[in-house]
Amino acid sequence: MTVTDRKDGADVEVAEQLVTVTIDDTQVQVPKGTLAIRAAELIGVAIPRFCDHPLLDPVGACRQCLVEVPDMGNGRGMPKPQASCTLEVADGMQIRTQLTSPVADKAQHGMIEMLLLNHPLDCPVCDKGGECPLQNQAMSNGRGESRFEAVKRTYPKPVSISAQVLLDRERCVLCARCTRFSEQIAGDPFIALVERGALQQVGIYEREPFESYFSGNTIQICPVGALTSAAYRFRARPFDLTSTPSVGEHDACGAAIRVDHRRGEVMRRLAGDDPEVNEEWITDKDRFAFRYGRGEDRLRTPLVREDGVLRPASWPEAIDVAVAGLRRAGRDVGVLTGGRLTLEDAYGYSRFARTVLGTDDIDFRARPLSQEEADFLSRHVAGRADVVYADVEKASGVLMVAFEPEEEAGTLFLRLRKASRRSGVPSWTVAPYLSNGARKAGAVLVPAAPGAEPQVLAGLEEHIPLDAGSIIFVGERAAVLPGTLTAVAELAERTGARLAWVPRRAGDRGALEAGCLPGLLPGGRPLADPRARVDCLSVWELGRELQATPGRDAEQMLAAAATGELRALVVSGVDPGDFADPAAVLRGLEEVGFLVSVENRLSEVTARADVVLPVSLVEERPGTFVTWEGRRREFGVVIRHANPMTDLRVLAALADALGHDLGIRTVADARREIAQFDPWTRDRALPGGSGPSPAPATPVAPAAAPDGGRADGGRADGGHQLLLATWRMMLDPSRALDNEPHLLATARRPVARVSQATARRAGLVEGEGVRLVGPRGEAVLPVHVTAGMVDDVIWVPTLAAGISVPALGLGAGRPVTVHPAALPATPHPGAAVPVGEGALPGAGVDVQHEEQGGVA
Amino acid sequence: MTDTLTPVLSASWGDERAWKLGNYERTGGYTALRSALQMAPEEVVGLVKDSGLRGRGGAGFPTGMKWSFVPKDNPNPTYLVVNADESEPGTCKDMPLMMATPHTLVEGVIISAYAIKASYAFIYVRGEVLHVVRRLQQAVREAYSAGYIGSNVLGSGYDLEVVVHAGAGAYICGEETALLDSLEGRRGQPRLRPPFPAVAGLYASPTVINNVESIASVPSIVANGADWFASMGTERSKGMTLYSLSGHVANPGQLEAPLGITLRQLLDLTGGMRAGHQLKFWTPGGSSTPILTPEHIDLPLDYEGMAAAGSMLGTKALQCFDETTSVVRSTLRWVEFYKHESCGKCTPCREGSWWLVQILMRLEAGQGVEGDIEKILDLCDNIGGRSFCALADGAVACVTSAIKHFREEFEAGMHTPAWELLPYERSTVFIRSEQPAGGVR
Repeated sequence: MTVTDRKDGADVEVAEQLVTVTIDDTQVQVPKGTLAIRAAELIGVAIPRFCDHPLLDPVGACRQCLVEVPDMGNGRGMPKPQASCTLEVADGMQIRTQLTSPVADKAQHGMIEMLLLNHPLDCPVCDKGGECPLQNQAMSNGRGESRFEAVKRTYPKPVSISAQVLLDRERCVLCARCTRFSEQIAGDPFIALVERGALQQVGIYEREPFESYFSGNTIQICPVGALTSAAYRFRARPFDLTSTPSVGEHDACGAAIRVDHRRGEVMRRLAGDDPEVNEEWITDKDRFAFRYGRGEDRLRTPLVREDGVLRPASWPEAIDVAVAGLRRAGRDVGVLTGGRLTLEDAYGYSRFARTVLGTDDIDFRARPLSQEEADFLSRHVAGRADVVYADVEKASGVLMVAFEPEEEAGTLFLRLRKASRRSGVPSWTVAPYLSNGARKAGAVLVPAAPGAEPQVLAGLEEHIPLDAGSIIFVGERAAVLPGTLTAVAELAERTGARLAWVPRRAGDRGALEAGCLPGLLPGGRPLADPRARVDCLSVWELGRELQATPGRDAEQMLAAAATGELRALVVSGVDPGDFADPAAVLRGLEEVGFLVSVENRLSEVTARADVVLPVSLVEERPGTFVTWEGRRREFGVVIRHANPMTDLRVLAALADALGHDLGIRTVADARREIAQFDPWTRDRALPGGSGPSPAPATPVAPAAAPDGGRADGGRADGGHQLLLATWRMMLDPSRALDNEPHLLATARRPVARVSQATARRAGLVEGEGVRLVGPRGEAVLPVHVTAGMVDDVIWVPTLAAGISVPALGLGAGRPVTVHPAALPATPHPGAAVPVGEGALPGAGVDVQHEEQGGVA
Repeated sequence: MTDTLTPVLSASWGDERAWKLGNYERTGGYTALRSALQMAPEEVVGLVKDSGLRGRGGAGFPTGMKWSFVPKDNPNPTYLVVNADESEPGTCKDMPLMMATPHTLVEGVIISAYAIKASYAFIYVRGEVLHVVRRLQQAVREAYSAGYIGSNVLGSGYDLEVVVHAGAGAYICGEETALLDSLEGRRGQPRLRPPFPAVAGLYASPTVINNVESIASVPSIVANGADWFASMGTERSKGMTLYSLSGHVANPGQLEAPLGITLRQLLDLTGGMRAGHQLKFWTPGGSSTPILTPEHIDLPLDYEGMAAAGSMLGTKALQCFDETTSVVRSTLRWVEFYKHESCGKCTPCREGSWWLVQILMRLEAGQGVEGDIEKILDLCDNIGGRSFCALADGAVACVTSAIKHFREEFEAGMHTPAWELLPYERSTVFIRSEQPAGGVR
């Protein structure tokens, strides 16, 4: 019985109206509105195509998919062959593809021949050769030999349309996939078809390069080798590559990726196809940023400190040194884990801290944090999975708080944009200004100065429609905006809207689930609850009680380390520069009696460590990242080594040497044990955190500024005091982008944003400089006057060439003094990679030269 | 058929400063508008339907029926767009009309917009004809001053804005959906249909797009009645229309006659071919319509008559070529035009025209090889009816019809350059003396 059997229609709910269509004499029922090319796929008939892409709006440009329609469903046939990619099937329609129609077959042969007229036969040196739809379909649906004997169109090649994407115009078959992707999916219409006839070509604006965080997708969906990436061009042949499915490690979105490697080295990464998560798109960061582990700073052997200097050591010696240090510290050991860790590793640390070290001093939040946040995560996030990607498209509305999806969760951004564009889902963003990303996602601005979010959120449902069908996304940045997470939770409670917390890092949600948070055991179990502790004891087969008092958070641990209260730290995947106060972190790391660093690259932490234990890169080991949804994304090994070292194995070795059994040694062990935890359905509050955090503070208003501030914000020293708004950009000079200059060159140019009125009051001029003075330093950025921005606020990127907000001693919601300033003469280093220069049609760029510069 | 010639649209072309509003009004201009405003819009649509007026832009779709396709319940405004992007080789009827009596068009625009309840009308004029654009702008300005356009037209309560928009030099923008894209400020490339313009055209709103001559015919229908209009022409091709005679004729120009007149009649009226020469081949409606030969000279020049001969009425641009003309050469020139004007959106038009030109150049130079003609015909088969819009159909129509009627000339291209077979200077009117072979290309 099919779903169209409506005899018992009362019982069977027919979601979609079905129509019956006959393709090559085979009847098939498909939903009304299905395109003929899709319907044919359902019966196993592949009609050749180039411009057609199921996730892009149909265009009917390449004409490759022509079929014959002897009956439109009304008894009359179409006089001409029809493009099946634009033809919606109708009930009773008859379609004949190349399999049963000589007309369609000849039309398709003719089309391939014409597509090849002006296509260079440089397949042997083309990146796409071997995986090329044009090559493949020329074989399957084309004529064996060309009849073309005339002159081909030629161009200088290639042209760079961004620092990362190069265009060979000769190869382009003008299918408009790239331009449609950029316009429709990414919302970055910086490339377009220009000129006409056979000279039509993909072009960019003279002064506006192809600036998109998703540009790499155009390379992947290009059905020929017209678009190539600066990083991969001429590096490998598809048939020499081994492909492994994996998961993106650069954000909490869990995008499916395909990793292609050759001779033990990853050559490129592509988007995987997962309709539930990333559909067929990934961010440029997930695609291109995979060389960070290839520098001189890669750790390959353990290091121990001797006479103040780190020297290579054997594993047994390093473990012995580490264990001796940890023994001396007794129970006064803290554990800091970072965003690099997989669920299994994080679980290992969680268990290691509780059962081996006997401490609850463990925190994954290697960034600005608050107690309010810990309570929020424990109550509303850990152990739950209330929202998934697909829900966004069905939501009655989406509210974003302290969250910039394009910068902080690219895959989610694409889904939000799709929901807005395809389903008309309304969205709002509580932010100091409407960012370009939020605008592309269809959001309406709910203006809020940083710190004013709680007041804005109180009673927000009276101004925008929020109900049980709505979704509230709150970003991890909300941690430092006092009262915001509480207000978000209360708003969700009042309206029935579902809540989703979106961290920036791949490992954060997994670490939360694993219990890498003081007072929180695996699966969202509050340490204070005796039943939660019993659960853990039974899984861990531990003979003794767990310590019931909640431990210190990361900042408290580092402070305690600095004073000697904590005598040792075990640190993995942490970058001190990410914390609110990097200097305090470094002080803690320096002052602590004993520092064990588990890391894959040299870092600020390894530089201060007593023992450094090297671990594998993510591509060398299996694991699981947990998405912001709570979805587990398991991945396998890409590059297989004989003996890959994971954090888990390091911990097991340490435990063994300390005389304990960690109980788990491999990723499979960890997965098995994690599965033993039943879902926690009891109270989720953290002990002591009896609800909202202390002091849902009044935001620091500029007028209330200390030291000589005047009511209008002007200062005696000529400066002007404003509130700082800031967030991280997707592409910034973080260590994840190391060894990837082409990608870094596509980072947004850093600017400082102020409103028109604020610029006037503070004497700032568009395009000129502003000097931001923080307690620990100052930075100069170009001013960009931003329409519709909240007054008395200045926004800067948290990290960019020339600025690091934490290093200045500043943070979101804090007052900052600004002065008009001259801009430094040097352009920002991102723009210094010159591949994109002269990127005009006709201006060939010597890419070989740039490539050599890039990889050296 | 009553009279041989029936000047209606062109009746006052020869008058002194016929393009000025006052002169147009003196010959009865804008009285049809006053009558129309007394009627309900639906009545005007009915009148045009009854008249049997068919689109004069080439396809011949009934104008009144097109108007009635505008959905009644669409919340968006309805727009009228006049296609004045006349740019096909040989076609030259709308430009003289807009130069001589632009108010005929303007009045037609107002009546037509009123009939389809549009408050905005756009006239999209080919960008290269700056003089026409200026004259039309002047006429629209005059009509605004006289209260024929603007708010409360002639006190009727009907509001209308008319915009004259100049194109930027692309033949494809005569294709109605490409025209709409261009009018919206985008690159002119044809749009996917459905949705059809009547449902989602300009700014995704219901839009009626008509040719200049179609719209300019409306005032005369309102003034004289549907029966008067239908009394001219043939059974299914009614009314008078503008024929443009060009090429090797003694007296080129526009002639207004009822549909169904023959080329022989028109040539007889104007003095025939140039002295001492005979007709060799001709196009009934511009370069997009398959060429015909002297044997077709007595066929009625209406939609049905031309279709029966395997051609199309098109824009009634009768390009006549005499026996001095190389078919290969003229075909090549036409295809070069289509290659240059192909918008590039779809493969067969873009690539096929690129290839066709190269093969035809070879044949013109007498360097064709065996199989070239078959290759051309096969290529045309792969282009025609396979492209996104009708531009490519027009591009191959001249080729296939030329080979059909004059295959031997193409065969000669395998050994003899066309300029030797039919020295080019002989087909010009400006070079009287014989030139060395190949002297003029």
